[in-house]
Amino acid sequence: MTKVSYVDSDILIIGGGMAGTGAAWEARYWGRNLKIVLVEKANIDRSGAVAMGLSAINTYLGLKYNENTIEDYVNYVKTDLMGVVREDLVYDYARHVDSTVYLFDEWGLPIFKDENGRYVREGRWQIMIHGESYKPIVAEAAKKSVSEIYNRVMITHLLKDSQNPNRVAGAIGFNVRDGRVYVFRSKAVIVSAGGGSQIYRPRSTSEGKGRTWYPHWSSGSSYGMLIEAGAVMTMMEARFSVPRYKDGYGPVGAWQLMLKAKQTNAYGQDPFSLHKEELKKLYDGKFKYVDAFPTPTNLRVYSSLLELKQGRGPIYLHTEQVLTEKNEELGWEDFLDMTITQAILWAGQNIDPIKTPSEVLPSEPYVMGSHATECGAWASGPEDMVIKEAKSVDERGTSYNWGYNRMSTLDGLFLAGDACGASPHKFSSGSFTEGRIAAKSAVRYIKEHSDENVSPDSSQVEQLTVKIFEPIERYNRNKRMITGGKVSSNMMWYEQGMARLQKLMDEYAGGWGSWYTTNEHMLLRAQELLTYLKEDFLNYAVAEDYHQLLRTWELWHRILTAEAVVNHMLFRKETRWPGYYVRSDFPALDDDNWRVFVNSKYDAKTGAWKLWSVPVVELR
Amino acid sequence: MPTFVYTSRCVGCGDCVDICPSDIMHFTKDRKTVNVEPDACWECMNCVKVCARFAIDVRSYADFVPMGHSISVFRDEKSQKVYWRIKYRNGKVKEFAFPIRTTPWGSIKPPQELPEPDPQDLYTPLLSSEKENTIKIEVSRK
Ligand SMILES: Cc1cc2nc3c(=O)[nH]c(=O)nc-3n(C[C@H](O)[C@H](O)[C@H](O)COP(=O)(O)OP(=O)(O)OC[C@H]3O[C@@H](n4cnc5c(N)ncnc54)[C@H](O)[C@@H]3O)c2cc1C
Ligand code: SF4
Ligand code: SF4
Repeated sequence: MTKVSYVDSDILIIGGGMAGTGAAWEARYWGRNLKIVLVEKANIDRSGAVAMGLSAINTYLGLKYNENTIEDYVNYVKTDLMGVVREDLVYDYARHVDSTVYLFDEWGLPIFKDENGRYVREGRWQIMIHGESYKPIVAEAAKKSVSEIYNRVMITHLLKDSQNPNRVAGAIGFNVRDGRVYVFRSKAVIVSAGGGSQIYRPRSTSEGKGRTWYPHWSSGSSYGMLIEAGAVMTMMEARFSVPRYKDGYGPVGAWQLMLKAKQTNAYGQDPFSLHKEELKKLYDGKFKYVDAFPTPTNLRVYSSLLELKQGRGPIYLHTEQVLTEKNEELGWEDFLDMTITQAILWAGQNIDPIKTPSEVLPSEPYVMGSHATECGAWASGPEDMVIKEAKSVDERGTSYNWGYNRMSTLDGLFLAGDACGASPHKFSSGSFTEGRIAAKSAVRYIKEHSDENVSPDSSQVEQLTVKIFEPIERYNRNKRMITGGKVSSNMMWYEQGMARLQKLMDEYAGGWGSWYTTNEHMLLRAQELLTYLKEDFLNYAVAEDYHQLLRTWELWHRILTAEAVVNHMLFRKETRWPGYYVRSDFPALDDDNWRVFVNSKYDAKTGAWKLWSVPVVELR
Repeated sequence: MPTFVYTSRCVGCGDCVDICPSDIMHFTKDRKTVNVEPDACWECMNCVKVCARFAIDVRSYADFVPMGHSISVFRDEKSQKVYWRIKYRNGKVKEFAFPIRTTPWGSIKPPQELPEPDPQDLYTPLLSSEKENTIKIEVSRK
């Protein structure tokens, strides 16, 4: 018999990473008497993308010292994403992000400071930290803020209100250690369950497969849950790849911005200068993206790819030209605090960065909303920046504002961090900030809806309680048919489903194996294969224990995320970010027709997707 | 392999099981621990840092990293530092120490101990710790 626990709350936070811990803090600040519950599939002391630590805070404006203006920041982000961002969302987190950084400083995060006590800049927007304990520090703040924390409980589905199918009333999941089912009933829910890696075939192989840049545990759960609940999604086609040190995945930011290391092809030439004129022909658009400073990330990546394709690789980052005995500690800390594999790789390959350059390579694609890209759900913007230009049948899915800041198109459901789309470049500090914004908004929402009586639909709860354990039941039914191993005609383990997903996404939806190139035919094939995979998941998925059950539901979230990605890529008939992917049947950027958001909505009953575009509106 | 556990040192306290973000440090039948899914390991070393018995070690991904290297870490909440020792395949050694926190653990003052906000501020964009003059609320166009 399945054991079930019911947990009631005013605010439920799903995922205690950067955005979730920010939400916990702010929810308590404004809602002193509220019951605030945080649920996390790992342990919030070391969970999410910051589990290992970080060596920089990538978003800090320094407004109080007039280091930057919010307008300059918004322009920078807009240009980096080739003109398609929600300016209201970006402006909103940017005006608050400094206060987040001051909180971190006060709590004890070691931030590099100069003689005058000012933060040391890594780049125009970035500052340096000793961030080994970044996550346990923000976790301490969150633990003191919430009423209860449920660690090791993985959320599989959002729950709808019994009366109103457009109202979210909680979430359901299970404890990955003892299999207990948790039914969370809540007046407001904040989704902050991070982004998606391991959806595309990683470049790493075999034992090293877990070494991707974004962690293995970023399971696309935010997207999977939101899609299945019918929230409007946006910009899922903007899945992106990052240039990183080859194999070790060490980030290049500090090396390029602070140490000023140069990237060249094998013959010492700068890939971007070599291809600049060629890029202008197809990708300059109305805003002269190719001449922009700094060059949009995806255009730099694209020029390296062109060099690699022409056989002039490897691409090197010339650490040996900038690193000396004096500053080497800085370079090493960058990795020891954030990507330890890179340090071990150097040790294993006898690479001394003072003497030898290191290879860089664009990674496998990731689906994310907090880094230099913008996948996620469509959110209502800040109340003081009301933009009401878009109109159509589906009012919420086409307008910028229909009520509460960071509320999704579903009532009572809020978004932050990787979960919130069209709001890129948040990174760690911006994600925490967006969590704060969403939580304040949620407090206001429940205050203004205090007369509402919400309760999850009981038949949905019953069905899901059974469905969550189906893979284990199926395994128990079928296991005696075979002598052992993982080969069976009526059982599919998560490893097999993952491999199938990664292979098809890589080959047909613009992974590294197809040089990040796709077209309509390939995408239609991806769609077809994904449909089979979904069917197989529902009919054959098995799990032998609760750990495998965790992986199995992660796989489900990844499959839904992938389906959204493929549908969005099919819809956008142009190539907007050539370094992220090229649609070979529409190889140029087309500002006249496609400087728009692509939005979508999934119908879980029929499996049908609806897609449409929404114009980009500027604040100024 | 990524992480692995030395049988003689592990006392089965479960701290590594408790912390692993990937949920892959599991107990064996005789209550030692083992990394059950090395290809889902990120080499974040959180299990290594938490193990008071120094029972967990890392041998980097053998399918692309040559053997013969080693890395050890000691994270100390008393001195508030993390100490690293990296040994190259060719025997060269590098050592580093970095700060981890500037305030005592447990010292964060929770939001409920801060003065209650003005109820009206719930209807402004202001967040906790922000005062009107520290952020620019107006945008150029509505
Ligand atoms: C290697 C690397 C380097 C980076 N460098 C920097 C940098 O230098 N500076 C910077 O500012 N940013 C950097 N970032 C980016 C930053 O880490 C992210 O932008 C930020 O963590 C995103 O916050 P989030 O809350 O959306 O996701 P996360 O922090 O990943 O949190 C998501 C949380 O949800 C939990 N979760 C997921 N699914 C479920 C589920 N189904 N049920 C329950 N819980 C679930 C996860 O366990 C996790 O705790 C880096 C990231 C990486 C990986
Ligand atoms: S933390 Fe160390 S001693 Fe404790 S169970 Fe893990 S390996 Fe064994
Ligand atoms: S290194 Fe990290 S991912 Fe690997 S077993 Fe240890 S805690 Fe888990």
